[in-house]
Amino acid sequence: MDMVNVTINGERYSVPAGSTILEAARYAGVHIPTLCYLKDINEIGACRICVVEVKGMRSLVASCVYPVSEGMEIMTSSPRVFDARRKTLELILSTHAKKCLSCVRAGSCELQKLCREFKVSDEDYYAGENIQYEVDDSAVHMYRDNNKCILCRRCVAACSKLQGIGVIGANDRGFKTHIGCAFEQNLGDVACVSCGQCIVVCPTGAIAEHDNTEEVWQALADPTKHVIVQTAPSIRVTLGEAFNMPIGTNVTGKMVTALRRLGFDAVYDTDFAADLTIVEEATEFIDRVKNGGVLPMITSCSPGWVEYCEHYYPEFIPNLSTCKSPQQMFGAVAKTWYAQKMGIDPKDIYVVGVMPCTAKKFETKNVESNAVEGLYDVDVAITTRELARMIERAGIHFTSLPDGEFDAPLGISSGAGSIFGATGGVMEAALRTAADWLTGGEMQKVNFEEVRGVAPIKEATYKIGDLEVRVAVTSGLANAKKVLEAVKSGEKHYDFIEIMGCPGGCVNGGGQPVQPAEVRNFMDLRAMRAAGLYADDAGKAIRKSHENPAIQTLYKEFFGEPGSHRAHEVLHTHYSPLSRF
Amino acid sequence: MYRSHVLVCGGTGCTSSGSDRIVRALENNIRSVGLEDEVKVIRTGCFGLCALGPIMIIYPEGAFYSRVQVDDIPEIVEEHLLKGRVVRRLLYQETVQEDTVKSLDQTDFYKKQMRVALKNCGVIDPENINEYIAYEGYEALGKVLTEMTPEEVIKTVKDSGLRGRGGGGFLTGQKWAFGAAEKADQKYVACNADEGDPGAFMDRSILEGDPHVIIEAMAIAGYAIGANQGFVYIRAEYPIAVQRLQHAIDQARELGLLGKDILGTGFDFDIELRLGAGAFVCGEETALMTSIDGKRGEPRPRPPYPTTSGIFGKPTVLNNVETYANIPQIILKGADWFRSIGTEKSPGTKVFALGGKIHNTGLVEVPMGTTLREIVEEIGGGIPNGKQFKAAQTGGPSGGCIPAEYLDIPIDYDSLTAIGSMMGSGGLIVMDEDTCMVDIAKFYLEFTVDESCGKCTPCRVGTKRLYEMLDKISKGQGTMEDLDKMEELCYYIKENSLCGLGQSAPNPVLSTLKYFRDEYVAHIKDKRCPAGVCKELLHYVIDPAKCRGCTLCAKTCPADAITGKVKEPHVIDPAKCLKCGACLEKCRFGAIVRK
Amino acid sequence: MKTLAELQALRDQMKDQMGIRHDAKDNIRVVVGMATCGIAAGARPVLQRLTEEVAKRGLKNVTVAQTGCIGICQYEPVVEVFENGKEKVTYVNMTEDKIAQVVAEHLVNGHPITEYTIGAAQAEAAK
Repeated sequence: MDMVNVTINGERYSVPAGSTILEAARYAGVHIPTLCYLKDINEIGACRICVVEVKGMRSLVASCVYPVSEGMEIMTSSPRVFDARRKTLELILSTHAKKCLSCVRAGSCELQKLCREFKVSDEDYYAGENIQYEVDDSAVHMYRDNNKCILCRRCVAACSKLQGIGVIGANDRGFKTHIGCAFEQNLGDVACVSCGQCIVVCPTGAIAEHDNTEEVWQALADPTKHVIVQTAPSIRVTLGEAFNMPIGTNVTGKMVTALRRLGFDAVYDTDFAADLTIVEEATEFIDRVKNGGVLPMITSCSPGWVEYCEHYYPEFIPNLSTCKSPQQMFGAVAKTWYAQKMGIDPKDIYVVGVMPCTAKKFETKNVESNAVEGLYDVDVAITTRELARMIERAGIHFTSLPDGEFDAPLGISSGAGSIFGATGGVMEAALRTAADWLTGGEMQKVNFEEVRGVAPIKEATYKIGDLEVRVAVTSGLANAKKVLEAVKSGEKHYDFIEIMGCPGGCVNGGGQPVQPAEVRNFMDLRAMRAAGLYADDAGKAIRKSHENPAIQTLYKEFFGEPGSHRAHEVLHTHYSPLSRF
Repeated sequence: MYRSHVLVCGGTGCTSSGSDRIVRALENNIRSVGLEDEVKVIRTGCFGLCALGPIMIIYPEGAFYSRVQVDDIPEIVEEHLLKGRVVRRLLYQETVQEDTVKSLDQTDFYKKQMRVALKNCGVIDPENINEYIAYEGYEALGKVLTEMTPEEVIKTVKDSGLRGRGGGGFLTGQKWAFGAAEKADQKYVACNADEGDPGAFMDRSILEGDPHVIIEAMAIAGYAIGANQGFVYIRAEYPIAVQRLQHAIDQARELGLLGKDILGTGFDFDIELRLGAGAFVCGEETALMTSIDGKRGEPRPRPPYPTTSGIFGKPTVLNNVETYANIPQIILKGADWFRSIGTEKSPGTKVFALGGKIHNTGLVEVPMGTTLREIVEEIGGGIPNGKQFKAAQTGGPSGGCIPAEYLDIPIDYDSLTAIGSMMGSGGLIVMDEDTCMVDIAKFYLEFTVDESCGKCTPCRVGTKRLYEMLDKISKGQGTMEDLDKMEELCYYIKENSLCGLGQSAPNPVLSTLKYFRDEYVAHIKDKRCPAGVCKELLHYVIDPAKCRGCTLCAKTCPADAITGKVKEPHVIDPAKCLKCGACLEKCRFGAIVRK
Repeated sequence: MKTLAELQALRDQMKDQMGIRHDAKDNIRVVVGMATCGIAAGARPVLQRLTEEVAKRGLKNVTVAQTGCIGICQYEPVVEVFENGKEKVTYVNMTEDKIAQVVAEHLVNGHPITEYTIGAAQAEAAK
């Protein structure tokens, strides 16, 4: 690596050539605050919080985009720099709805933190005209409150660069600039796929999920309801972050205890449904391969991805697996087999999903293929963040909770179910089962390392029996687009593709605890969270979905064979093209 | 062969004052007297004296007719063209002498000018490539392609000391050298024709009057840096310029002066137009290129500079229209010739768009180093109505106001920057004693606030807050602390903004604060606008000693603010008064005064 | 157009056509009286011939202009030649042929044709 010598705050450092001042300072252990900067996707130098003094330059420079050069003398904490940053903050505050007491992001707001650090003492120093914006709460999963927007455009970058969608952008100009959809349409009326990536990158409370916790509290308080909860695979390795635990900490036991203390009648695991999904999906895959069905088959667990497919690539709808997502399978089973088994009227069963995902809120409202006529499979989906807020409100001291265990039968799962939460996990889980079935149990392969990791696109070819299976795994819709285009053009041939809407899969979902930009920029958040899941998988006695005893019982008692007519009625769905504009 | 050429200005100024109708009337009248084979009518680009439009010159006499109306045409045709008698009554009065007609370049307006960039404007038919060719057109390109290496071209431009005429004043040759040094599969040459400073229109005039010079210069630049594609980013609000430039490109292609294998030298070059929607910020180079890329026109941080990563991420050399207009002559006449004009650090000429409180509004091209006084008093003909010069504003919203004490400094890039203004694209607005400097600062800030792209915080919010402070002061609600707060904010915006628009936006405020601080203080402390402009601080009162009670003012007042009995002194109710000044104009006894 | 020579040829051709737009200081100005009297006496063909001859010979320093009545109507068509630092030469009773000779002798070679001048005509009349 080529190095250059720079001076930062009087100390000499050797830093990689070509790096920005911000990166160089980080390399030297000097922290420079940022607001708009998101590594690789939003390097626009717009907010001016990261300005530093460079000797010999007339103006201050934005360290996030300015490259270092040999002999450069940089001052990151001079009075001139502090004064400029404070003024920037004061100007931002003059247009900001300072409802910090009631803000969903109070405490985790990046603007608030900076104001404290730079000792902004008068929020109204530059008070003046302040445009009042209507809150856009037209979408099912989220709302946008531009009165709190600081125009860092991180959401715009997430939408267009990470997801390749770009349904939001800057409208109008100058002081009237605001983020919105083209032609000032409502978010609910455009081809947004509800992934929520904009939410997790927002530094303030300008974008947030629709909070559905009130519905949950009400259900919990209703004695006529049998309220059960399922937690998605990734929640166990992210919920701890909301309580300041290290990223990737597995908190399954505390989470179960917390849920029980919240008053749920039973605490179940979406991992169970993930195993069920694998059994159905592997069956479907083998059927497609053997009977000349549409290939490549593409996974359908990620509602963000499914919505994207319906909006932007309807020609791939026949390739989508007809399996419902694990969340929906769980609800469907809860209101059929489980209701029967427990002797409860399905309409008295209230299913809550705790999901890493905002698109799941949208998914629950899909009424076309409910298992029980007139009832939602899942009544409400809340995000990891919402669950954390419920735990806080209930006064549960999360970090000191004793470990609990999921209830049976819908809480029993294999390791294959756990890894659903990371990119490549569904593929690996499916391959474990398919390999067993196709080789009559001879192929004892459990770990499919090639499909693990955070690489944007992963490919592998497996010889299973006399079958050669070409697989691809991708996450993040901008990457998905690349894979789909390659398939469309005939450049690539696959049999089975896993696509997750969010980069890195559910561990980095739009419903996960918000980490500040500094963490996103300089730590591999996705890999750290995923590591927790792979460790969970490795520690489980049962690693393959079809070996899950609860699943075996379910088929024995209710569905008969995987892919049976009844299984199709309850566990499968269909898709329809949606408009793109 | 025509014995007489009638040149009618077809610039935007004269077109809007009716030169189209004049051309039609001329052609009809000439035909009706059977002179169509002897007299040729040509629409040219701007002559510069826009205040006198529509303008017409008849050669060979060189008779300069100004403010020509359609009704005058039969007389001009009958008398001048048919009978050879110059119609003196319609001549630009400056050119009328006892016995002969004075040549146009001997008039005060043109005498001190030196036309380099505007050489062909008003002389040739911009829609006829042959006329451009007759005036050395494409000779420089021919010379470059057949006799010079790219390095030699760059050296010549470097040696000439030509600096970017768009405002920054960066050395053009240096920029070309940067572009040439880049290695890339594709490079671009671009022309910034997104002229946006209020009042500046030299680029438009060049494009309208001499479009081929831009094409030729861009081809030369392309050869020098190794680019075979050019883009002209031109605002859609310049329809005539767009049409003429497109026409010129088509003609050049037809003659093989654009396209493949130009003049048999193996050099390929072509140009495409890109129309801008008129956002001021798109004149900023990175915003311009972002806009050409098809995205929202917003600036991006530099480095990388456009010569490294410009249009579509490829090395791009971008120059302004006026800069390009100098290139062919530099090639033909040499760097030394160019250096002999102007000042040492700013060689050549500069075109100014002269406007405001001045007799001869229009376009003037003078050698760098000409004093402001020469421009204002001699070329501009001074200030009308015997008023006093107060300040000149240069550089548009990025520039500042220059007070009378600097009237004698030679104007060039560095001298203007030194006194807190800047060259900018060359707008020069003259202000007299009736101009309020707080109001002027407010005017420019309002423009910047409106045209800010909204990307960076200092410009988006800072300029707005600055405007609000100025507004407060202009209403008499400011405090002395506001002045300090304002000044502080100005320096913050300059130091922290992302692009040149924000970095220079506070200049009108800072320069007026520096040179006219007493006016600000008068607004704040005395609640008084010395120039009598800021409405909120004005009061209209009736002097009872002079009022005859004629009731005319009361009848005129749109707000019924004036009351009084007939033949008795009237009074104005300040609560109702709109300060429109209508009563003042109507009063025949001078009884109403504005305070 | 593929060569510099072609470009130059086009330029030369155009220059001739546009010469009249120069306000050159040492131009010879040739002025034809084009008032009603002149036109009636046949000034128009004279003017046309003059322009043609000047163009044909590529006389870039010659400006052809027209003027009104100069008060000697009986001598029309009248053509006057103005040269810097020289006395004005006034030709009278011009015809197409005569003007062609004037161009050849006077404008090109610098020898005014005395016999066509007003002096000669007046001397003749005085006889």
